[in-house]
Amino acid sequence: MEYFAKEYDVAVIGAGHAGIEAALASARLGAKTIIFAINLDSVGNMPCNPSIGGTSKGHLVREIDALGGEMGKAADKTQIQTRMLNRGKGPAVHSLRAQIDRREYSKYMKHVVELQENLDLKQAEIIDLKQTDDGLWQLKTKLEAIYTAKSVVLATGTFLGGKIYIGEVSYESGPDGMFPATELSNSLKKLGIPLRRFKTGTPSRVNRRSIDFSVLEKQEGDETETPFSFETEKADGNKSFCYIAYTNDDTKQVILDNLHRSPLYSGKIEGVGPRYCPSFEDKIVRFPDKLRHQFFIEPCGLDTEELYLQGMSSSLPEDVQLKFLRTIKGLENVEVMRTAYAIEYDCVDPLALKPSLEFLDLSGLYGAGQFNGSSGYEEAAAQGLIAGINAARRAQGKDAFILDRASSYIGTLIDDLVTKGCMDPYRMMTSRSEYRLLLRQDNADIRLTPYGHEIGLISDERYQKFLNKMQLIKDEMKRAAQTTIHVSEDLQKLLVSRETAPMNKGMKLIELIKRPQISYDDLAPFDTERPDLPPEIFEQVEIELKYEGYIKRQQAQINEMRRLEVKLLPKDIDYNAIDGLRLEAREKLSKIRPHSVGQASRISGVSPSDISVLLIYLAKMGI
Amino acid sequence: MSTIAAISTGQAAGGIGVVRISGENALSVADRIFKTVSGIKLEKLSGYKAAFGKVFFEEKCVDEAVALVFKAPKSYTGEDVVEISCHGGLLVTKQVLRAALANGAVPAEAGEFTKRAFLNGKMDLTRAESVMNIISAKSEQAKSAALNTLDGALYKKISEISLSLKKIAAQMAAWVDYPDEEIDDLSDDKLKETLLTAKAELEKLIKSFDVGKIIIEGVETAIVGKPNVGKSTLMNLLSGCEKSIVTSVAGTTRDIVEETVTLGNNVLRLADTAGLHDTEDTVEKIGVDRTRQKLDRASLVLAVFDSSTEVDDEDMEIIKMCNGKNAVAIINKTDLNTKFNAEKINKNFENVVYLSAKDRNGIQELENAIEKVLGTADFDTSAATLMNERQLACCTAALQSIDEAISALEIGMTRDALNVNIDVAVESLDTLTGEKATESVVNEIFSQFCVGK
Repeated sequence: MEYFAKEYDVAVIGAGHAGIEAALASARLGAKTIIFAINLDSVGNMPCNPSIGGTSKGHLVREIDALGGEMGKAADKTQIQTRMLNRGKGPAVHSLRAQIDRREYSKYMKHVVELQENLDLKQAEIIDLKQTDDGLWQLKTKLEAIYTAKSVVLATGTFLGGKIYIGEVSYESGPDGMFPATELSNSLKKLGIPLRRFKTGTPSRVNRRSIDFSVLEKQEGDETETPFSFETEKADGNKSFCYIAYTNDDTKQVILDNLHRSPLYSGKIEGVGPRYCPSFEDKIVRFPDKLRHQFFIEPCGLDTEELYLQGMSSSLPEDVQLKFLRTIKGLENVEVMRTAYAIEYDCVDPLALKPSLEFLDLSGLYGAGQFNGSSGYEEAAAQGLIAGINAARRAQGKDAFILDRASSYIGTLIDDLVTKGCMDPYRMMTSRSEYRLLLRQDNADIRLTPYGHEIGLISDERYQKFLNKMQLIKDEMKRAAQTTIHVSEDLQKLLVSRETAPMNKGMKLIELIKRPQISYDDLAPFDTERPDLPPEIFEQVEIELKYEGYIKRQQAQINEMRRLEVKLLPKDIDYNAIDGLRLEAREKLSKIRPHSVGQASRISGVSPSDISVLLIYLAKMGI
Repeated sequence: MSTIAAISTGQAAGGIGVVRISGENALSVADRIFKTVSGIKLEKLSGYKAAFGKVFFEEKCVDEAVALVFKAPKSYTGEDVVEISCHGGLLVTKQVLRAALANGAVPAEAGEFTKRAFLNGKMDLTRAESVMNIISAKSEQAKSAALNTLDGALYKKISEISLSLKKIAAQMAAWVDYPDEEIDDLSDDKLKETLLTAKAELEKLIKSFDVGKIIIEGVETAIVGKPNVGKSTLMNLLSGCEKSIVTSVAGTTRDIVEETVTLGNNVLRLADTAGLHDTEDTVEKIGVDRTRQKLDRASLVLAVFDSSTEVDDEDMEIIKMCNGKNAVAIINKTDLNTKFNAEKINKNFENVVYLSAKDRNGIQELENAIEKVLGTADFDTSAATLMNERQLACCTAALQSIDEAISALEIGMTRDALNVNIDVAVESLDTLTGEKATESVVNEIFSQFCVGK
C-alpha cells in the first residue's frame, strides 16, 4: 500500500556520475535533497573504463572542480596512474587522464554523499513520476513510498529500460549486472517526454594472471604528476601501469567469420551507437584496410586482478569474443572474467531541454548525463552539476545558472546538446570548442571559480586563495614586462640551439617568452631576480604571453558572440507568426525555443537571414 | 510596411517598361492610376490575372498598358504586387511611376523589392544577393556570371577549398583528441602544401571579384580630349542616341554628360567632358576643372585626338594626364584628311584605335582595346566568381586566417594555435555558403579515422 514518506526540495533519480554531482551541488546550496540509487553498491560506479579524464574530458573535470564539484577530488584520491596527454601539442589541448581504482572511487563517492549535510541517500527504484496540480513533483518507489520534491533531476544512465546484448543472447539489465529500471520509462512517456533508444558497449574484463606481459609494451604514468582538483596540493604518485597490445589479421578474420552473429549486424539492436566509441567489430567493418588496431590493457584497481581492454568493446557471442581475443599476441591464454556487452537504454532527445537542463515543457524537471544523450562519466558529471545547481536554485526561487559556450567546455557541451541535439551518444572533444585557446584546463579556475563562489559552491576561504593566485599572476606579468634579460654567451648559445634569432642587445623578458622555441624554465638561469612562485603561476604568464595574439582575438570573438547571447527571446514567442522566417527555421525555433538569439543562431536550419529577421522582429516589438 | 514603386526594367530605353508596385496598398494605388478597359477594379482580380487598360496621371492618359496582379504571398516580394507594363520610352515609364508615387506609393530604394522578398522568406541570403546582382548587372556577361552563383559554381569552389581545410583540421583534431590511437601528426610540409593551395585558390577568387565588379557595375570612363575633337560624337555613337549637343563650335559641352553603355563585354559609365584647354570663359572653366576631377576618378580613359589637325601642346597636356591610367587613345576623324603625326601618340599609349566616330568605323577595334586594357577579355563567366562585398569579405577573412596559419607554421607555433587559424578560415568559408563549421570538422574526423575505445 502506498504511504507518504518525505518531502524534499530536490530529488535526484540515479546515483551515477551525473546524479552524485547534482545531489551534492543541490545539498551544498542548502536545498533539502534526496538521491535514489537502484542499488547502493552502484553509487559512483564505473561500469565501463576505469579512468577519469582524457582529451577534453580532463577539461571538464577541472571545470567541475573549479565550480565546486566533487569528481576531481574523488579522482585525485583514488587514482593509480596519471598522465598529462598531448604534451607538446600546445597548452589548449593538454588533458589530464587518470587510471582509477574503481572500487575505491565508488567507496569514496558513496561516503561523501552519505556525509553530506542536507542530503539523504536511499536505495529505491522510482517507478512513477508525476506533477501535482500545485506544481510539486511526486515520486513513487517500487516499495510504494511516495516522496515529493519541488525539483527532480533525472540521471538514470543506462539503467532506464536497459537491455543487454551479447551475440544471440539478450536480456533486460542495468549496467554491470544491476537491475534495470523498467517502469519509469512509461511514466516519463505519459509526461510527454520524447524518449529514444541509444546504445553503448563495454569491453571484457580479463584476469591479469592469464596475460603474457613480457611481449607487451608497458605504459608508465607521468614522472611529475598533476592533480585534477585545484584544491589537491600534491598528487600521490603512480601505483600501476597500463599495457599496449595490437590486433592482427587473425583477429580480423574471426570477426569477419562471425559477423552474422552480431546483434548489431543482424538488426536486433535498434539503438544508435556512439560514432566515437565503436565496437571492435564496427572498426573492422568500417575500416577494412587497417592492418592492426592498437588497444590498451588497464588495471581496474590495486586489489583486483581484473583488467580492462580499452578499445575492444564488442557485442559478439561469448565464444567468439574469447576466440578473437586469443588471436592477440600476449593474450593467447586469456581468461575472460566479465564478458563484453552492448547495452541499449532509454534517453531523451535533449532538444526538449533548456540550457539550464530543465525541460522546456515540464517546469522543475531536469535531465542530466546519459539520459540527455551524452556519453562518458565526465560529460555526465558536468551536466549533473549544472542540473543540480539549477534544481536547487529553482526550489529556492532563484534564476537559472547558465554557462555559455565561451565560458567553458561545460557550457559548450550543454549548448551543443540543447541546441543541436545529438544523433548518437555525445562525446566531448576539444575540436567542438571554437574558443579552445581560451578554454584550457590550466585556467579552469580563472574562468569559473568566481561563478562557483557567486552561486555558493566555493567557500570564501577557497575564493580568497584563488584571489591570491590571481594577484601573483598579475605581479609576475608586470615583472616580466619590466625585467630586462641581458645578452650573455650562454643565452646566445641557447637561442641558436633552439633555432631562434640571437639577441643584439638586452631584451625584455616578455619578448623572449613570446618566442615559441623558448620556455619560462629555459630562461631561469638568465632571469636572476625571478621570485620563487608555484609553477602554475609561471605557466599562466607564459601561456598568456605566448598566445597573446590568439587569446586577444578569441576574446574579441567572444565579445561579439555574447552580444547575441544576451538578447533573450521571450518564452511565449510565436515563431509561426513571424513573416520573414523560412519554414524550416519556424519549425526548428518552435521546437527548440531558444533561450537567446545567440542560441537560435546555432540551430542547424536557422540561417543568418533568419537571425536578421528575428532581430528585426524583436526591434519591431520593442524587445 | 509602406507600399513601394519603381521602374523595374532599368533606366535605358527599351521595348516595354515595367513599373512595379508592392505592398499592402499596391492594388488600391494601382486602381487609382489604372483604369481597366472592362471597368473591373484590379482589387477584384485574383492573383496572376492581367488586365488591359489606360494609365492616368493628373487626369491625363499617359499610356495604354497591361496590369499584372499578384496576391500575397504568391509574388516576388511576398506582398501584393501590381506590375504595369507600358509602351516603353523612358519618359512614359517615368510618368507612370510618378503617377503611382502621387497616389500613395513611395519610391523603392535600390534592391528593396529583393530585400522584402528576403524578409518575407521568399529567398535566402545568397539567393537574394545573387538576384540583387542580376538586377544591377547591365550586360549579358554579368548576367551569366550572376546566374552562375545561383547554379553553384562559387558554392562548389568554396566547398572544395573548405573541404581541403576541414580534412587537415580533422586530422589535427583526431591527432589531438585521440592521442592513444595511432594517428600521425600532419607533417609541416603537408600542412604547408594544403595551406598554400587554399591560399592560391582564394587569391584567384578575390582577384575575380575585381574583374567581376568591372563587369557588373561597369567601369567609370572618362572621354577626354581638347575641344571639338569629337568626344561628344564618340559618346553619342557609343550610347546610341543624341545626348550631348554636337556642334562644330568648340566648347559646346560645358558640363559632364553621363551615360551608361554596353560595349562588348563591358559596361562603360561614360562621362563626356568639356574639352580641356585653358579658357577665360568662366562657365567653361568650371567644366574644365570638373573634367580634371573626373579624369582623376575614372578607371578608364578614352583620350580622343583629331587626326585632321596636328598634335599640339594641348594634346600633349592630355597625353601627360593619361600617364599611368588605363587609357585608350582614339584617333578620330579618320574620314577627313590626315595631318596627324601618330608617332607621339603611339609612344605614349599601348592601345591606339583609329576611329571615324561619324561613320562608325573602328568600333570593334575600340571594343577589343578596352577589353585588353581592363583585362576583361579572358574573363571566364562559367568560373566561380565572387559576386558581392559580403562574399569578398568572407574570402578575405579566410585568406587572412590562412596567412596566419602559414606564418604560425613558419615561426613554430604549437599545433593548437595553428588549428584555430584553420578553424577560423573554415568558419569564414562556411559562412559564405551557410554551413556550420565545427560540426562538419567533427563529422570529418569520424569519416576519416578509426577512433575510440
